[in-house]
Amino acid sequence: MTRAEREERDGYLFVSPWMAGFLLFILYPLLASLYYAFCDYSVLRRPIWTGLDNFTTLFHDKVFWTSLYNTAYFAVFFLPASLVLSLALAMLLNAKVRGQAIYRTIFYLPSLLPLVATAVLFLWVFDGDNGVVNNLLKLGGFQGPGWLSDPAWTKFTIILLSLWGVGNTMIIYLASLQEVPESLYEAAELDGARAWERLKAVTLPMISPVILFNTLMGIIGALQVFTVPFVMFPGGQPADSTYFYTAYLYDNAFKYHNMGYACAMGWVMFLIILVLTLISRQLSEKHVYYGGG
Amino acid sequence: MAQSHVRKRAAKVAATHLTMILLSIVFLIPLFWLVTTAIKPLPETVAQPPVWWPKHPQWDNFTKAFVYDSDRLGYIPFLYYTRNTLLLCWLNVMGTVLSNALAAYAFARLKWRGREIFFLVTLATMMVPFPVLMVPLYGIFREIGWVGTLRPLWVPAFFGSAFNIFLLRQFFRTIPFELSEAATIDGAGEWQIFASLIVPLAKPALGVVALFTFLGTWTDFLGPLIYLIQQKTFTLSLGLQFYQSQNGGSEWNLLMAATTIVVLPVVVLFFFTQRLLIQGITLTGLKG
Repeated sequence: MTRAEREERDGYLFVSPWMAGFLLFILYPLLASLYYAFCDYSVLRRPIWTGLDNFTTLFHDKVFWTSLYNTAYFAVFFLPASLVLSLALAMLLNAKVRGQAIYRTIFYLPSLLPLVATAVLFLWVFDGDNGVVNNLLKLGGFQGPGWLSDPAWTKFTIILLSLWGVGNTMIIYLASLQEVPESLYEAAELDGARAWERLKAVTLPMISPVILFNTLMGIIGALQVFTVPFVMFPGGQPADSTYFYTAYLYDNAFKYHNMGYACAMGWVMFLIILVLTLISRQLSEKHVYYGGG
Repeated sequence: MAQSHVRKRAAKVAATHLTMILLSIVFLIPLFWLVTTAIKPLPETVAQPPVWWPKHPQWDNFTKAFVYDSDRLGYIPFLYYTRNTLLLCWLNVMGTVLSNALAAYAFARLKWRGREIFFLVTLATMMVPFPVLMVPLYGIFREIGWVGTLRPLWVPAFFGSAFNIFLLRQFFRTIPFELSEAATIDGAGEWQIFASLIVPLAKPALGVVALFTFLGTWTDFLGPLIYLIQQKTFTLSLGLQFYQSQNGGSEWNLLMAATTIVVLPVVVLFFFTQRLLIQGITLTGLKG
């Protein structure tokens, strides 16, 4: 056996666990779920081919559209808000002042907590009668809203508490800010650029690849939001205002045993993610600057 | 001129501090509410005007929450949740580090046919959302009788995952190839090079993967929710949700004590591994 042959054999040996895992836990489930999407199926019986039935039902399913609307609503408001907040925090943390390690810990820690714990905690934080938020509002002479009980507020509540967890994104921005060469800022300052202009002309272009990365991750994550609404608002209560896409998918699969239908929903989600990713890549082509790295 | 510059700078520093202190207070309020409620006697949780700091901290709320329902069940549920979670964390960390290090080594340092294509395919799997795979995966594990056991929650870790492979491959590539060459000349095989050269040098990266895996397992909810049936097999996340759904809305002090129990280990771990963690996130974000 030559050295190249040995290396070839070792390559396959080393990669073989992952190769098996890929086939078993990704490729097979992916193809199977594509097949089930066109079937009437629950784990209790064999799949029966029904063609496009699941998709036509989906199209006329009011709850499906509600869940899609709720999820899109969340994504549309949460993503820009999270971008602004995490970037603003990162810029504050990047300023040369004392005590940054403490501030960083405070902003970052919440994003690390188990989502179930966060959800349970915020049930109490936003409690209508005795929660801390409404208690504080009362101190200021305001009557707080029904954060958890009023369908007009519930989605906003979920967005607010999700913003509590921007720490992870914030750290990624902070790291990219620290990579921006100081000389660029000095040059801009010499040219008389104000803070706002420096942000627009130096900071944002330099970190644009990271903004794109975080946006893509944000879209993928937002479409899969599950734990917080599932724990805080069982069944999407009140009035289906918090019934999110993945929760409806889960219910179809494991509550109603409509597994073919759930797979169809899964593929619709996958396609939405692919389309949104392609669109953001296209849109970003002109605006993302890869010169820095 | 110089003096006004100094004054301007001082004003800017003060403004930055003020902004961050205000934001810190906002970020800390929920945690303050968590901890103070956890040590309040029940009447104080619903008192109006609100009690901001309990007059007589009830430390036994934690024990009460921990042993909740154990008389009826004949065992301490939170003890089982903790044990199951730790067991899963341990197995997942072991499996993830081992399988992904092997795969990353093959991608980073060995030449074999199909390597480039399979690496692209590997990266592409990161796009696939878990809900798409959920149903067939459940089908597989049901078929082999693993539903209701912890196995579906750790066995796949021993087969690797794209994100970790990517992370480790990036790191393995930075290790000079001359080192491998020298070892080969000394008669070392690939396994030896991997185990006694690459792995020791890659300890920081492997540490990052281990830490992410630990945290991911500790906080996972959807996985345990799908596969676990009996309360005895629950993890802490699932157990907390179960506890809340059974007893939520009444004894908030005990619920917050239970939440603190679930959160505390993560906080402690954070303080010990802060550096590594932030390095790791930086690595994923910048090189992603």
